[in-house]
This record gives sequence, C-alpha cells and structure tokens, in this order.
Amino acid sequence: MQALSLRALTKVYKNGIQALKGIDLEVQEGDFFALLGPNGAGKTTMIGIVTSLVNKTSGTVRVFGHDMDRELERAKSCIGVVPQEINFNMFETLLTIVVNQAGFYGIPRALARQRAEKYLTKLSLWDRRNSIARSLSGGMKRRLMIARALMHEPRLLILDEPTAGVDIEIRRSMWEFLRTINEEGTTIILTTHYLEEAENLCRNVAIIDGGRIIERDSMSNVLRKLQAEVFVLNLAAPLADAPAIPGFRTLLADDHTLEVEVSRGQNLNEIFAYLSGLGIEVTSMRNKVNRLEELFIRLVDQSARAAAANA
Amino acid sequence: MPVSLARIEWVGFSTIVIREFQRIVRIWAQTILPPTVTATLYFVIFGSLIGRRVGLVGGFGYMQFIAPGLIMMTVITNSYGNVVSSFFGAKFGKHLEELLVSPLPNWLILSGYVAGGMLRGVLVGSVVTLVALFFTRLAVHHVLAVLAALLLTSAVFSLGGFMNALFAKNFDQISWFPTFVLTPLTYLGGVFYSVGMLPAWAQLVSRANPILYMVSAFRYGFLGTSDVDLALAFGIMVGAAVLMFGTALVLLSRGVGIRD
Repeated sequence: MQALSLRALTKVYKNGIQALKGIDLEVQEGDFFALLGPNGAGKTTMIGIVTSLVNKTSGTVRVFGHDMDRELERAKSCIGVVPQEINFNMFETLLTIVVNQAGFYGIPRALARQRAEKYLTKLSLWDRRNSIARSLSGGMKRRLMIARALMHEPRLLILDEPTAGVDIEIRRSMWEFLRTINEEGTTIILTTHYLEEAENLCRNVAIIDGGRIIERDSMSNVLRKLQAEVFVLNLAAPLADAPAIPGFRTLLADDHTLEVEVSRGQNLNEIFAYLSGLGIEVTSMRNKVNRLEELFIRLVDQSARAAAANA
Repeated sequence: MPVSLARIEWVGFSTIVIREFQRIVRIWAQTILPPTVTATLYFVIFGSLIGRRVGLVGGFGYMQFIAPGLIMMTVITNSYGNVVSSFFGAKFGKHLEELLVSPLPNWLILSGYVAGGMLRGVLVGSVVTLVALFFTRLAVHHVLAVLAALLLTSAVFSLGGFMNALFAKNFDQISWFPTFVLTPLTYLGGVFYSVGMLPAWAQLVSRANPILYMVSAFRYGFLGTSDVDLALAFGIMVGAAVLMFGTALVLLSRGVGIRD
C-alpha cells in the first residue's frame, strides 16, 4: 500500500512564486524515505501541503488511500509531523504539550498519559516532564517534537530537518530511535541537510529542485550512479609533489595529505601497491565528501544548468 | 483499530477547552485578577461614592442599576480578550500548527476557542458578581434571561476576538479593536445609565449599538426592566452569534491569516 501518493501537485504563492511544478511521488508503506533538495527547492511547501498547513494550487494528495480533498480528517489522523521550526507553546510543561497533542487526535487523557511516559522516556525526557518547554536545550526541544508527533502513533511520520542543531551523540541516538520505530512499522519521510543522515537511514530517496523531482530511486541505485569518489590519504611522511599513480588523478592538498580520485571499476589496491612501491606510507584514509552529497551537488548543478538552458 | 471521528471530535473539543482553562488558571494574574480589581473600583467609585448622589435610576438604586451592566462589561471584555490573545498567541508562537495538522475539523477548532472564551467570560463574570454582592443586593428576576444573555453575549464576543486574531499580523492589531471600538461601545451601551435619560437623537444613535441590547437583556434578568424590546434583543444576539460563527468558519476554512 502507498503511504503517500502525490499526483501533479502544484503550488503557486500569492506573490507569484511557483514553489511546486507538478510533483508526482509515491512512498510505500514501511519505507524510510529521504526527501532531499537545496534551500527553496520546495520540500517544506510539499510537506506543508501534505500536513495541510499550506493550501495546494492543484493536484491530489492521498495518505494511505485517503484523498485529502474528500477524507481530510482520516488522512490527517494517519500523519505525525515534526516540523523544521520549534512550534510548541514555550510556557507549557512537556507533559501538558504531549498529552494535549494526543487529545487533538482523539486519545483520551488516561491513555495519553501512558503514552507520554512511554515516548518521553524513550526520548530521555521523562525526568523533565514537569519542566517548562522554554527551559529545554535545543536538542531536547527537537526530541520533544518527535515525542509529540508520536503520541497518536501515526502510520506516517514526516520529519523536516529533525536533527538540525543537535550534537553528534544525540543525533546518533535519534537515528537509532527512528530506525526502531521504522522497523516496528511506521513509514518515515525525512528531509535533512545532513546527507550522511539520509544515506545511513533511508532506503529510498527523491531529490527535489526548483519545484520538480529530479531524481527518484532507491538509495543504493542512486549511490551507484556516482561515477567517481575522491579519497583523502593521510601520509606518514611529507611529500614535495603528488605521485603520478597510473590511471588515477592525484592532488597534494598539503605535504601530508594526498587526494586520489577513484572512478567506478577501479581498484583501491592498485593505489596502495603503487604507493608502497614508492615507499610512501599511508596512515589513514577517508572519503573527501559524503558520497550522497557529491551526487546531490552534481544533480542540482545539472538541474540548474538545464533550467538556465530552457530559459 | 482506527479511532472513530466522533470520538476524535469530542476528545479534541474537550482538550481545547481544557487547554484554555489551564491557560486561564496559569496566568490568573492577567486573566482573573485585573477585571476583579477594575470592577471593584467601579463599584467603589461609581456605585458607592458617586452613586449615592445620583439617586434612583428606573426606580432602582444606582449601584443596583449598574451592577448587571458592570458584570456584562466584564463578560464582554474577557470573552473577547481570551480568544484574541490565546488564538493570536498560538498563531504568533506557531503552536496553532498543533491544531491545524490534527484531524479536528475547522468548526470544532472554532467551537473550542469560543467555548474557552465563554468559559473565561462566565468565570470572571461570576467573580465580579460575587464582588457586586458586597456592595448591593442582587436578586434574579428571570434566571433564563440572565443565562441566555450571558452565554450569547460571551459567544458573540468570543467570535469577535477570534476574527480579530485571524486578521491580526502583530500585537498592535489585537489591541486596536478593543481599545477604539469595543470599549467606547460598551461605555455607551447603557452600562452606567438608562438610555431613557438621553435626548431623543442620542437614544436613536444608542439603538444602533448592539451592546445596548445585550446589557439591557441581562439587566432585565436581574431587575425585571429593560430599555429595549427583549425579543429584539435576543433576536440580535442569536443573529449576531450565528452570522459571526458562519463568517469565522469561512475565514478559518479559507486559511485567512493562518495558511499560505
């Protein structure tokens, strides 16, 4: 079953800006789906329409088969949303915020209190349940929004930049939590600027730019499209010039750092064998940029060039 | 198993009302205390000090005459003030989105906020009534008239506050209408005097003021006399409530002031 289906979705704002130019997108039930795109690409507008915070101009939206034009309440009851901006009442306690939110979805208060304990505990916030929301740290506020979105146990959870401004440790614990609820059956749509996050968590991906979907595939297929990666090798001893490794492009970033571009099909062993032969010792190695990030930048550049050519 | 829509609606409505009640209690120093202090001052200054020199109005002591008007004035300002500040605050702080993304239909969100406004109007009106009892004897002549006028008036002004909050883009715009329209209309709506005391032209002008009908109908419930025809007064209140509910619902459904 499709958790989300968008057909010919358009949005033109009052100021004439066309934010969405006919989006067709399907997300299957149980998927962990990444929606990526540069700032102003139309991601938040699209999420706004799905969560009914933005009025669409045309097109159809279906959530688990419920058409939002005809069964709005049914469709909305399937969705939980974690927005980009903090949007809870800063003067209420955490417990009040989550229990009231459950009430808006028809969850009686006794059950809402049980769920509040469950989700605030899972997100390490139960000890702060009687604190005023304003007193929370940035990371805690983000986790509170996730707990709030889960109170009615939605079938589709939409997360718009959920880990923005959150430190690495908490981000990784949030990833674990999201993986768990996805494994338990919740479909998740994630927008993020941390492409590493999308690569780690998501099985499928769509890239949106200029109000259009420019790529839609499984994460593994998308990454396979990447033709070349740059590896950064840290050297034990300084070099004066970059060694010319046959078949590879090399660049000496500084006297201890060698960058090597590896195309698809090439073998890393060749690099190490050649460098060993020259007596160059490699102490460590890493990707220059995240693989998805590299592809993302390339696709968005192509899209921008195509748009300029059509103009 | 999916939750039935009827249960979502009932639990959702009661949650909005509970949240509004929690807000009224949480900020009692802004919601309950000031109108109580203001009403006490009115009773002391207008009723006790000046009232003694005014004599009878419509056959009643001045304090007895103004008490229903002062209660109604409190109900009007508090019903309006509760919804305008709560809804605009939610819009400004973006936590209105909690409701907008939920499956609650627009008519229910509107009803919840209006019920919250009415709750504060009735709550503060009751406190002011208790204060009034320290200053004058207040017998109820017609309990249904009192309750109907009280509930209809608070509903009308809760709806007014809701529409103001929908259109408002900043905090100045939520204080403009109460200051420049509501307060003058309330003061000129027969709270402190009987319109029969005015010259003919002023009586005519006063009859264009809807608050006159609300105050007069409420006063009838206590004193048994009214400056206006009661059927017309209740007709105006019911008509205004229905018309304003319909208008507010259309505005909310179109997303005026809240949705792009």
